[in-house]
Amino acid sequence: MAAGPVPLLERRLLFVTGKGGVGKTSVASAIGLLAAQRGLRTLVCEVDAKGNLADFFGVGPLRFQPTEVREHLFAMAMDTEESLKEYLRLQLKVPLLAKIGPLASTFDFVANAAPGVKEILTVGKLTYEVRERNYDLVVVDASASGHVVGQLASRVAIGEVVNAGLVGSQTDWMIELLTDPATTGVVVATAPEEMPVTETLELIGRLKDETEIDVAAVVVNRVLPELFGRDEEAIFGTLRADGAAALAGAVGPGATDVLDAADLAVGLRRSRAVHLARLREGLPVGLPVLYVPYLFTRSHGVRATSLIASSLGEELGF
Amino acid sequence: MARTGARAADLTLEQLCSAKEVLVSTGSGGVGKTTTAAAIGAVAAARLGAKVLVLTVDPARRLATALGLEEFGNVETRVPDEAFAHVEGGARGELWVAMLDTKQSWDDLVARHAPDDATRDAILANSIYKNLSGKFVQSHDYVAMERLYEIHTSGRYDLVVVDTPPTRNAIDFLEAPDRMADFFSSRLLRWLIAPYRSRVVSFASKPFYSVADRILGTQFLEDIAEFFMLFQTMYDGFVERARAVTTLLGGPQTSFVVVSTLEVAPSREAEFFLELLSDRGYHVGALVLNKVLPDLLLSTDGADTARVLSTDADAVAARLAPGLSTAAGPVDPAHLAHVLAEVGTNFANFAVVARREAEQRAELSRTPDLCLTVPWFDDDIHSVDGLLRLGEVLWR
Ligand SMILES: Nc1ncnc2c1ncn2[C@@H]1O[C@H](COP(=O)(O)OP(=O)(O)OP(=O)(O)O)[C@@H](O)[C@H]1O
Ligand SMILES: Nc1ncnc2c1ncn2[C@@H]1O[C@H](COP(=O)(O)OP(=O)(O)OP(=O)(O)O)[C@@H](O)[C@H]1O
Ligand SMILES: [Mg+2]
Ligand SMILES: [Mg+2]
Repeated sequence: MAAGPVPLLERRLLFVTGKGGVGKTSVASAIGLLAAQRGLRTLVCEVDAKGNLADFFGVGPLRFQPTEVREHLFAMAMDTEESLKEYLRLQLKVPLLAKIGPLASTFDFVANAAPGVKEILTVGKLTYEVRERNYDLVVVDASASGHVVGQLASRVAIGEVVNAGLVGSQTDWMIELLTDPATTGVVVATAPEEMPVTETLELIGRLKDETEIDVAAVVVNRVLPELFGRDEEAIFGTLRADGAAALAGAVGPGATDVLDAADLAVGLRRSRAVHLARLREGLPVGLPVLYVPYLFTRSHGVRATSLIASSLGEELGF
Repeated sequence: MARTGARAADLTLEQLCSAKEVLVSTGSGGVGKTTTAAAIGAVAAARLGAKVLVLTVDPARRLATALGLEEFGNVETRVPDEAFAHVEGGARGELWVAMLDTKQSWDDLVARHAPDDATRDAILANSIYKNLSGKFVQSHDYVAMERLYEIHTSGRYDLVVVDTPPTRNAIDFLEAPDRMADFFSSRLLRWLIAPYRSRVVSFASKPFYSVADRILGTQFLEDIAEFFMLFQTMYDGFVERARAVTTLLGGPQTSFVVVSTLEVAPSREAEFFLELLSDRGYHVGALVLNKVLPDLLLSTDGADTARVLSTDADAVAARLAPGLSTAAGPVDPAHLAHVLAEVGTNFANFAVVARREAEQRAELSRTPDLCLTVPWFDDDIHSVDGLLRLGEVLWR
């Protein structure tokens, strides 16, 4: 084992996952943007049916065919039916659509009945792009709580469903890429709150126990700034208790609102600190943890993406 | 409230809880669906003389513990009256809770619909079934709705508050019953089963087989065919149930509570969902805006003060410091200036977000008559007291 984990942007395929709403799409798009800014030809792919990745790049709806959203940066939306067609065309040399007509029309059905199929087509497409070196980095906005990862990283899960046929025989090279830490890593997005932290610890445990896929980093999103150090907190305490009237006298009637807002911030920060501590304690030693601040911005979308990209850049020492 | 048009003057959650038998809590991931469902259940049990069940999905661990769910899970369990010790005069009704265990519920469903024990056991042992019931995401939605139907028709409760799973797409669970019915009546099903029945593959399905065989392998196709053959024996029961569930969801006794935060992505999803629900004729009883920043952040006095503090903290600190002291002694003006500057910046920061939230709220066009706002509490909600505190905010 080499010393230390493989640096984030030196990998080729990153799955960004995490609990619903923590900021998976924000983080995935920011990693993509950061990589592109650093000159890597990057593809960001959304696997989720939600379809809001485009909002984070400020572009129109995404399709299976990648859209160039800026220099070096491409974005696409996974569509397993399209992926199947491409697969048949490229891998199996099955000549034409005509032959898969009935299959395509009932495709959803087969794919739903046998979960492995959809995932193989998804991961198949992603690993294919990596194998063919079409991009330096592929970032996946994966579904919540590691559903995709959990199923695909394990040999057993794949073998369980499809163990023969061409799809079966094609999974070997996919597994090889997926389980190589120099190639593939999972990025777990989380927030300093109870449920996201608990789920993150559980997910990382499961990835370790049940799969051979490497965890590349944990990104803690929405970290509130620390207003005061300990001494200053005491000063704030007296200001609050004994100085409110004097402050109002000095600066006007807004003093109460401003102090109340500081109270709110201190309270939120404090309750979150507990969860942060629990996270740090529970994570495996040596796993990189990157912090992204809570954004006090007006606009979201591409502006937020670029802010998150620069804080990730700072965290990575760029 | 930033809302125009007619509005039932004094519509309250109390009225909604009294008028409906089923409330479905829905929304984007992590917005507070589970917390809201549990809080509505708790306050309804406390305030109405009603027997209320909260059917939850995946509650936070400490909340599950507080409700006794860790121990009982899938089984309906009564929350002891002691949990309501802080309610004046005690709880008037009863609060019951159950957690949805997808796998267990599917197995129960199969047991109920299977024509005989042999079929039941064969289904439970089939590898495709195991996959379907355990991992297939949408099966969760279906089974949640199915369980709701079973509980509602049992007549055991006055009110059932249902939490929904964090679906990738909020409409998934609404469509789940229909999709499940389609699933069993699909043409593909007949194709898959045909060769194992008659060994005569129809002309139409031949290309399908040759391709499917090459891609997926024969074993897989056989497993799938076996699964569907077994399941076909339950077809009628399933389709009938799926219809009944759809009817219940659209019926007059059911109402939806859409939960959202005022963040951009969840709001968009809530808006989309509100529209979709009303377009399809579902009753939307309330919109709950959760984790909303307090109005004080919108104060212009506050903004003025914040500006002074950010730019002129030193002067203000020099005036105030002599009058203040901490346990450690007199307050150093330089320290105080830093504190004041931080306090000013903090207000300005949060004010930006609060203003955006207010705009976001004004933009929510098709809100239902009942639009409730819940503040961002500075800690998670993980006790019956916490739920009641939140419930009281909603109830008013
Ligand atoms: N650091 C941050 N500060 C403030 N707001 C944030 C931050 N990160 C994300 N958000 C906001 O939180 C919301 C959810 O973020 P995002 O869509 O990235 O989460 P997600 O995990 O992809 O959600 P889902 O599970 O619904 O796909 C968005 O409106 C986003 O703008
Ligand atoms: N108003 C609030 N103030 C502070 N914390 C809250 C508030 N509402 C909910 N929470 C906390 O936010 C977290 C998420 O809430 P909850 O589990 O209810 O969301 P959910 O929508 O059910 O999530 P999921 O989509 O994962 O099922 C919980 O830890 C809960 O305690
Ligand atoms: Mg997302
Ligand atoms: Mg929930």
